[in-house]
Amino acid sequence: MLLLERRSVDSSIMRWASPVLALVLTVVTGFILFLVMGKDPVAGLTFFFITPVSDLIGLAELGLKMAPLLLCAAGLTVCYRARVWNIGAEGHFLMGALGASIVSVQLVDASGFWVLPVVLIAGVLAGMLWAAIAAGLKTHLHCNEILTTIMLNYIALNLLLYAVHGPLKDPYGFGFPQSVMFGEASLLPALIPGTRLHLGLAFGLLAAVAVWVLFARTFIGFQLNVVGQDRRAAAFAGFGARRLTWFAFMVGGATAGLAGASEVTGPIGQLVPQVSPGYGYTAIIVVFLGRMHAMGIIAASALLALTFMGGEILQIAMNMPRAITGLFQGLLLFYLLTCDAFIHYRIRLKQPVRKSTPRAAAAANQEA
Amino acid sequence: MELLTNILAATVVAGTPLLLVALGELICERSGVLNLGQEGMMLMGAVAGFVAALTTGSLVVGVAAAILAGVGMSLLFAFMAVTLAANQYAAGLALTIFGTGLSAFVGAGFVGEPIDGFTRVAIPVLSDIPVIGRVLFNQDPLVYLSLIAFAAVAVFLRHTRGGLLLRAVGEDPEAANANGLKVLVVRYLAVAFGGGMAGLGGAYLSLAYTPLWTENMTAGRGWIALALVVFATWRPERVVLGAYLFGAASILHLVLQGLGWNSSTELLAMLPYVVTILMLVLLSWNPARTRLNTPLSLGQPYRPGR
Repeated sequence: MLLLERRSVDSSIMRWASPVLALVLTVVTGFILFLVMGKDPVAGLTFFFITPVSDLIGLAELGLKMAPLLLCAAGLTVCYRARVWNIGAEGHFLMGALGASIVSVQLVDASGFWVLPVVLIAGVLAGMLWAAIAAGLKTHLHCNEILTTIMLNYIALNLLLYAVHGPLKDPYGFGFPQSVMFGEASLLPALIPGTRLHLGLAFGLLAAVAVWVLFARTFIGFQLNVVGQDRRAAAFAGFGARRLTWFAFMVGGATAGLAGASEVTGPIGQLVPQVSPGYGYTAIIVVFLGRMHAMGIIAASALLALTFMGGEILQIAMNMPRAITGLFQGLLLFYLLTCDAFIHYRIRLKQPVRKSTPRAAAAANQEA
Repeated sequence: MELLTNILAATVVAGTPLLLVALGELICERSGVLNLGQEGMMLMGAVAGFVAALTTGSLVVGVAAAILAGVGMSLLFAFMAVTLAANQYAAGLALTIFGTGLSAFVGAGFVGEPIDGFTRVAIPVLSDIPVIGRVLFNQDPLVYLSLIAFAAVAVFLRHTRGGLLLRAVGEDPEAANANGLKVLVVRYLAVAFGGGMAGLGGAYLSLAYTPLWTENMTAGRGWIALALVVFATWRPERVVLGAYLFGAASILHLVLQGLGWNSSTELLAMLPYVVTILMLVLLSWNPARTRLNTPLSLGQPYRPGR
């Protein structure tokens, strides 16, 4: 019989092999899924993983979708390292989009270099405000942050819907629930001319570098790590858990808020109800898959951005439901956690129990 | 009076899916396992129940399929969180994300299909009682099932040997193991029960509450049910109370609109979520009391023979 046995030391190979293994298992499952559905699995997987990034336009689109994932994931990394279970990136993101849109709509006719920073900062502040609610509820009223952030996500979504159906609705928009198009001055410049790729990706990469610096080079990063790994030890060392929780939430809110602001001022150019296909939730997978490490989350955000594009291509090319994106993401996280178990454990064949004979017992006594 | 009775009856209907899911999660958490995958299991129950009922034409088959789907999903979770001793938060989140994706995938071809859902069945005599008769005894069969489930869970926890064993495992798995209890088996059973109930709660949405399938139709009810268990301090009677309270919050916007309150639908749709947060605040501001009521080993994986 197979037995799960705790390793004496956690396997560092497994720690980095696990995401790769999870990806392989996901692809194998996808292969079987295509077979079961009577589709050509090789063509299906090619459409999903390769076709989207086979040209420059495709790569630019990948970067476009990476940007929000990477920004959200960078903030969540800070939270999860400190064991602050912030599931609210989606809500911070939506509030960031809403905050930036409110300001941008007022500045449609304004021009000047100051407009864009003001709009982006509005988004960042809106995201931080939303995170501050959850942070205050946790540090002062002891509410479980998982539940409060989830609820705040739904509230943020409804606030955004209210805005596009009400105060921010374009009066000349033929009744569509969307804001007016933003002015030229509040749009993010393109990174590669001729594509939709915008400055948001640079923000994302900068955020990832900042996360690396935070944990590798700063005292507060060290404190966050300690509080995450051993709350008691952190308390003995005098690291204020409350202050660190606030810090983590503020970083999470700011990055996801910036992501939301970049999304409305970048590819969309106005506020629409479907501003996020679930970036805030997918960013959770990015963080786990990227091992809460800067380089890791960059790679993981590229992979998960690919799943969004792959789903769209499969819908067009093979008439598959677009929900296959969510299915792949779920499978990936599921396999990842399963593989992660083998960081701490290894499989052993169970030894048959040997009856203790008098001689063996005597020998054991002598040894002792 | 007529209006009040109608409101109360609608409250019970809106609270029933929450009640079903929360009762399952209550048992699960009492064994020491926190399953954050309720939303995913509910969605799978909703889609499985709908598809099965639509293709076979039988609502009973639909309900059975929903329960099976919930149990199946919960076993995936149990494998990760109980057998592999993975982090329960992460495993539960994974289950929700996976369930959301899988249900949308399975149900993609069934969006907008009509179905004849459960209809009201009046219980003779009892339904003639003024107010209460209409509110509790003139409902669809799943409402009755939820009330039976409540009674069963309450009696099981408090008055049976099985309930005692379950609580023992949840409070102190080491001690339970030392007394010869199979901790992992008890936890598997508790998780599976929670999964079945979540599946059933999902089926209530797609077969009775709004008989159709749409992506993400649970709209956070799985999460509200999780908050409900905290709100109820892990006691079944309070789960019922809380479920109907949240039910009332979720139909409040309809009531207000009916009374001629002209407010935006989107703003009123926030109410259940705001109420959930307020309830959490009310219940958690005193951490000592929370600690007193929480099953002691909640959220901690157990490996025998450490």
